[in-house]
Amino acid sequence: MAHPKHKTSKSRRDKRRTHYKAVAPTLATCSNCGTTVKYHTVCPECGYYRGKQVIEKEIAV
Amino acid sequence: MRHNKKFNHLGRKSAHRKAMLANMANSLIEHKRITTTVAKAKALRMYVEPLITKAKDDTTHSRRVVFSYLQNKDAVSELFRDVAAKVADRPGGYTRILKTGNRIGDNAEMCIIELVDYNEAMLAAKEEAAKPKSRRSRRGGAKKSDAPVAETKVAKTKEEAPKAAVVEETKVEEAPAAEAEVKAEEPKAEAESTEEAADEEEKKEE
Ligand SMILES: [Zn+2]
Repeated sequence: MAHPKHKTSKSRRDKRRTHYKAVAPTLATCSNCGTTVKYHTVCPECGYYRGKQVIEKEIAV
Repeated sequence: MRHNKKFNHLGRKSAHRKAMLANMANSLIEHKRITTTVAKAKALRMYVEPLITKAKDDTTHSRRVVFSYLQNKDAVSELFRDVAAKVADRPGGYTRILKTGNRIGDNAEMCIIELVDYNEAMLAAKEEAAKPKSRRSRRGGAKKSDAPVAETKVAKTKEEAPKAAVVEETKVEEAPAAEAEVKAEEPKAEAESTEEAADEEEKKEE
């Protein structure tokens, strides 16, 4: 098995991590209540999905 | 090599996974709707749908085959008695997965998996939406504004308890109730077929 010959310096480690970025999710507006919702997700406020009441509000987490 | 081995093991050994899926299938058949993670829901969908298809053919043999998967006689009798009757004219696609956001704690993607024919709110809404389409082939727009009230009434008597909220809401908006009431009876059959078509569309889009 291959082993690392040298310790990765803090500088190299941190440079590698410069490409780790948080990505903002794409958001939509609920057609029923106007809240901001994630795409492909039931509205957590009113339980609507794609213009229809799909689950009762209490169940929608 | 792992080429094309797409089966999700769910981090479990075979026996553990089968036991878990059997338990989840029993819960789904009993409660018609369960909350779980998306990965498990997708695995469960592959597990129960063939069993529901099998339940359409009520023979001792198919009961035994299904029992060998579920290991629960209450679930088997519920499946063959009630669920099979409800899904009789649905050509597959008995379950629906609705994503409900991420779980607090481990940020797992959560969802609700349910039997399509038991979501009263959506069935009522769909009958309304399918109705005007079948008569005058309107596109878009027509969805909410002039779906006949009579149709929802029919649905109400048939299904024991549709989710009152949706039905009431649409009822208030609808004015052309009188003319719709007359025509409500005959286009029932075609409405059902379009309903299925709409459902297929929906599945694909998911
Ligand atoms: Zn909403």
